[in-house]
Amino acid sequence: MGHFTLITTREYLNKITNKTFILSTFLTPLFIVGLVFFLGYLSSLNNETVKNISVVDETGFVYEKLNSSEFLKYSLLESFSIEEAKIISKTKSDYGLIYIPNLNSPKEIAEAISFISEDSPSFTLINNIESQIERILTSKNFMIEGLDINQINDSKVYVNLFQETFEGEKTTKTDGFLKLLFGLFLGMLLYIFIFAYGSMIMMSVIEEKTNRIVEIVISSVKPFQLLTGKIIGTSLAGLTQFIVWGFLFFIFSTIVTSLFGITSMPSTTSDAQIMLSASEGSAISTDSLELIAAFINLPLTNIFIAFIFYFLGGYLLYSSIFAAIGAAVDNQTDAQQFLMPITIILIVALYAGFLTVPDDPNGIVAQIFSFIPLTSPIVMMMRIPHGVPIFEQIISLTILFLSVILIIWIAAKIYRIGILMYGKKPSYKELLKWLKY
Amino acid sequence: MNNILSVKAVSKHYGDFTALNEVSINIPEGSVFGLLGPNGAGKTTLIRIINQITQPDSGKVFFNDTELKPSHIKNIGYLPEERGLYPKMKIGEQAIYLAQLKGLDRSTAKAELSRWFEKFEITDWWNKKVTELSKGMAQKVQFIVTVLHKPKLLIFDEPFSGFDPINANLIKDEILELRKNGATVIFSTHRMESVEELCEDIALINNSNKILDGKLDDIKSTFKSNTFEIAVNSSNTDYLENQLNSIYEVSDPSFKTLGDNLRLNVKLGSNQKSNDLLKLLSDNSEIIHFKEVIPSASEIFINSVKND
Repeated sequence: MGHFTLITTREYLNKITNKTFILSTFLTPLFIVGLVFFLGYLSSLNNETVKNISVVDETGFVYEKLNSSEFLKYSLLESFSIEEAKIISKTKSDYGLIYIPNLNSPKEIAEAISFISEDSPSFTLINNIESQIERILTSKNFMIEGLDINQINDSKVYVNLFQETFEGEKTTKTDGFLKLLFGLFLGMLLYIFIFAYGSMIMMSVIEEKTNRIVEIVISSVKPFQLLTGKIIGTSLAGLTQFIVWGFLFFIFSTIVTSLFGITSMPSTTSDAQIMLSASEGSAISTDSLELIAAFINLPLTNIFIAFIFYFLGGYLLYSSIFAAIGAAVDNQTDAQQFLMPITIILIVALYAGFLTVPDDPNGIVAQIFSFIPLTSPIVMMMRIPHGVPIFEQIISLTILFLSVILIIWIAAKIYRIGILMYGKKPSYKELLKWLKY
Repeated sequence: MNNILSVKAVSKHYGDFTALNEVSINIPEGSVFGLLGPNGAGKTTLIRIINQITQPDSGKVFFNDTELKPSHIKNIGYLPEERGLYPKMKIGEQAIYLAQLKGLDRSTAKAELSRWFEKFEITDWWNKKVTELSKGMAQKVQFIVTVLHKPKLLIFDEPFSGFDPINANLIKDEILELRKNGATVIFSTHRMESVEELCEDIALINNSNKILDGKLDDIKSTFKSNTFEIAVNSSNTDYLENQLNSIYEVSDPSFKTLGDNLRLNVKLGSNQKSNDLLKLLSDNSEIIHFKEVIPSASEIFINSVKND
């Protein structure tokens, strides 16, 4: 076995047999699934409690038009003064009390309505009450002004744009929404991966340095071999983790699909619309079906290939930097100073993506960031679901991989010197000097 | 004699700092060689160049008369001053890994390792992790890893620092055994006394320059000052002392004895004979102690460094 294979194998086995690594591999998906279920359970729990709201309606026309829902019940406190009503409402342990005074005009009424409650009520609840009363008072105004409410409703027009690209691809709002979401998800995924495995490499370098094993190792192999073996070994471990997650996701989604009975059938129509048939009484709503269809409409092949290349490029770029930082310092505390700029750049990339891509995926700012090698993996991955010309992707990838070569060369120089330097934390100036040794 | 290693005019600079300045050293095959010098003199830099960890700016190193190349690595065993092991890896596995990096195949490495573990009676450590071992135990493992691939040239940087006396002796004996079997040994240290009895050849490095090298005995002969320690029991010490003072250069004693009443260091001139001194002493006193002062390596070292 060559040195490189030996080192890569050791790094790989060392990572995947690490207890923390094994635990995080299996617990992370469990944790996420658990969290989703837990949040779902919590919100359902929240909705299930029926909120009683008493109403003191001095106008005589608002209450009868208030619609109680399953979880929100309005009840009228007839012929009580507001002070009495407050006491009654409190003893009934109502959620709240609406007081509607009788004034001259709906406008004046609107300004005088108050809601009295024990706790501060939720935003959605207040919204619900406000919009209901607004509707009621507006209709009242229409009546006073002698307008026919039905006529008004009939004249209203609702717009839902029929979207299509110049290539004739049909798009929908759901498509746009999903592209956005999926793009952000991919960008986030890259960000997390770069950070998690990059810092794993940094820790591994610092560990070898502080344990003083490194000089023994590099008396047998070239520092460059140790560096690359470490990066490849750790990324293989990361890949293993991803494969395990993918496998778990597959099992989980198979279970979910069979439980809810969605089947996707191969397309027969020319515009590649995906037919989805939901069995009768399925728990999956048409919204979700639309989402799944939109998902399948994404440029998935492009996304998949681009993700692999951007992941590879971004990962190699940043892990080399992380390795160089690990070599330059003696411990994690000292590493913080050098990690700061890296963290800032990554966060800038993330925010640049978040702020510019949803507005205009092909805008100038998003474009610039998707060519800068330090930010392109994240920003470009956010853009690609919206459709990015292939030549743009190729240029961006070329820049990225040329930078990878340059950065690895620089990192190897710093690494070579740094791993044998103990004691004082070097300054940036000293790091520059190391490049010339 | 054949030189296993020849360092020819090697220089190394780190920015403005000169770590080695045109250093040339020859290491005879089968010798025990002491690379001596104070901390920061450039010893470790030189050793790292020999191990191809760093490259010299100028100059060349020859191993068995061929210029140093990566394939020579498997012929060298190196125990660095800064040494450690992977804390979470099992002892046996990591020793095999390190041996494989030196070019041994897995089964040979395993067989050799078992032999050494049996020799040191540590077979039950195989599946232990370094964190479970004491420092002395870890050092034994490091030593085994250094010599496992039967290198022709062994380099120990500050070998005995941190070893307890029992382990230090054990390691010393093993090193001499390896040397008997044909290995050449380089000791690099600033603690002369720890290697004096072992080394036949030395080189002295100070401030990135080699200031002295050769056979230790030859160097000692050039450095000895024809001075004798004398201790006598005399009935007339004043007379004897006056006599000695008038003929020789006399100084305060640098040694201790028992049962004497006159103790001095006497330095002979270039044409004065030790027998004449001895005669003067035996005529006037009972001789208790008479010994030529031979400078120790560390005295030579300190003197050379001071004068450098």
